[in-house]
Amino acid sequence: MARLIVDNISISFPLYHVESRSLKKTVLAAASGRLGEDKKHRLTVEALRNVSFSLHSGDRVGFIGSNGAGKTTLLRAMAGIYEPVSGSITIDGAVTALLDASQGLNMDLTGNENIRLRALFSGFAEAQIKQLQADVAAFAGLDQFLDLPVRTYSSGMIIRLGFGLATAIKPQILLMDEWLLAGDASFMDKAKHRLETVVEGAEILVLSSHNTDIILRWCNRVIWMDTGRVRADGPPQEVLAAYLAPDQFAHAMAGAAG
Amino acid sequence: MALAAADISETVRLLPLVWTLSLFDIKLRYRGSLLGPFWLTLSTAIMVGSIGFLYSRLFHQQISNYLPFLTISLVLWSFISTITAESTVCFTQAQGLIHGTRMPHSLHAARVVMRNILVLSHNLVVILAVFVLFHTTPTLAAFTVLPACMLWVADAFAVGLLLGVFGARFRDIPPIIGSVMQIAFYLTPIMWNPVMLEHRGLAKALIELNPFFSLLEIMRGPLMGLPIESHTWLMALGYSAALILITGLVFTRARPRIPYWI
Repeated sequence: MARLIVDNISISFPLYHVESRSLKKTVLAAASGRLGEDKKHRLTVEALRNVSFSLHSGDRVGFIGSNGAGKTTLLRAMAGIYEPVSGSITIDGAVTALLDASQGLNMDLTGNENIRLRALFSGFAEAQIKQLQADVAAFAGLDQFLDLPVRTYSSGMIIRLGFGLATAIKPQILLMDEWLLAGDASFMDKAKHRLETVVEGAEILVLSSHNTDIILRWCNRVIWMDTGRVRADGPPQEVLAAYLAPDQFAHAMAGAAG
Repeated sequence: MALAAADISETVRLLPLVWTLSLFDIKLRYRGSLLGPFWLTLSTAIMVGSIGFLYSRLFHQQISNYLPFLTISLVLWSFISTITAESTVCFTQAQGLIHGTRMPHSLHAARVVMRNILVLSHNLVVILAVFVLFHTTPTLAAFTVLPACMLWVADAFAVGLLLGVFGARFRDIPPIIGSVMQIAFYLTPIMWNPVMLEHRGLAKALIELNPFFSLLEIMRGPLMGLPIESHTWLMALGYSAALILITGLVFTRARPRIPYWI
């Protein structure tokens, strides 16, 4: 039984290098207008505030909310990258987080070398590494390119490699950001089947998306994030009805029905 | 504390990954070059050769004694100074990995250590060549370099974590460490043999309290066939214990904050 419990977590980013670093831009953009001060009177951005929910096997949760609502930060916290300032996250089960396409890809290394690193990170043995390389090569259709440095790839090829790698390892808990669903039409046809196997295999799916079609197709529960808090949590139709404008909602429902 | 220990033990479990990452680091550095990583060997050989001949004249030393001494010292020192320099940026440079996947943070410090051990192993060839050239035969005492090596690896890993944390939090640390190490290079008997200063009181104190000297000496002494002084070992162990203790405290406190800092 997989389980993921988020108990009253808050995350705030300290702004140490405000003048010079791009941190300011990224964080401010991500969390518009939520500046605070910590105990030592340093400027912080409050990305998440008192967020609680619990997920169990069978839950397929979609996170919606405007840009900067804290969706990506929440995914990163659930993936164990950011440890919350207060509150706690309990996870039972193997987690895979698919957060961005070039995630951990080293541009100077070849495709095969990148696959090997990912496999070693998952604790694979030599035979499994070979198998993974063959699997990704077959899916991504990169054959001879896998022996060339990733920097020589086109951006489409990088997405194919990243996607092939990300979906090659089957997790119990799958955290997914939107990028996986972006790609050209011909690739998406090929990718859809592979992604569906992974999604259906996972006991818990957490998906962050702006695409209501995908949310309606894959999710049985929707959490609406707004300025770092949970605004609503419930069945997709209910939450989407409150979130979307009436005509957009009608359109989305018609799309899902059709 | 438990979480910090778990972080480190996970790094130990992922040692094959650390090894491959380090290997790729070296390969990348020399990808497309004719000699590849043997540029490391060649450039060390050229440096040791040219400095050795000049300084043996300047210091009125016998080259057959001075050159083996200088070779060992320079090779070991370049290990120390590269480790300190690269440690300060070990977390900031791994930003993509740290924000992309959940990995033990200490893995990035281990990677710096492993990479530099690989570099060091290329330079051992030069030491070996110099020894053969000048018929220096190591004595049985040379076996005490084994415990010394273990101490060095532990210290290097601790330095990696400690400087990595400070370098991630304070961006002024890398240049500060750079200039401190520059000064340490001249104050420590690396180019010059401590025997040259034996009769001068003040300089002797400088040597005896210098942590770099005691650490260098536990490696260099046995290789040069000098008797091991328990005093030097005690100093080395004392400084290492202090370093590891401080690192433990700092890493326990700072570990959860690293992703926020970089």
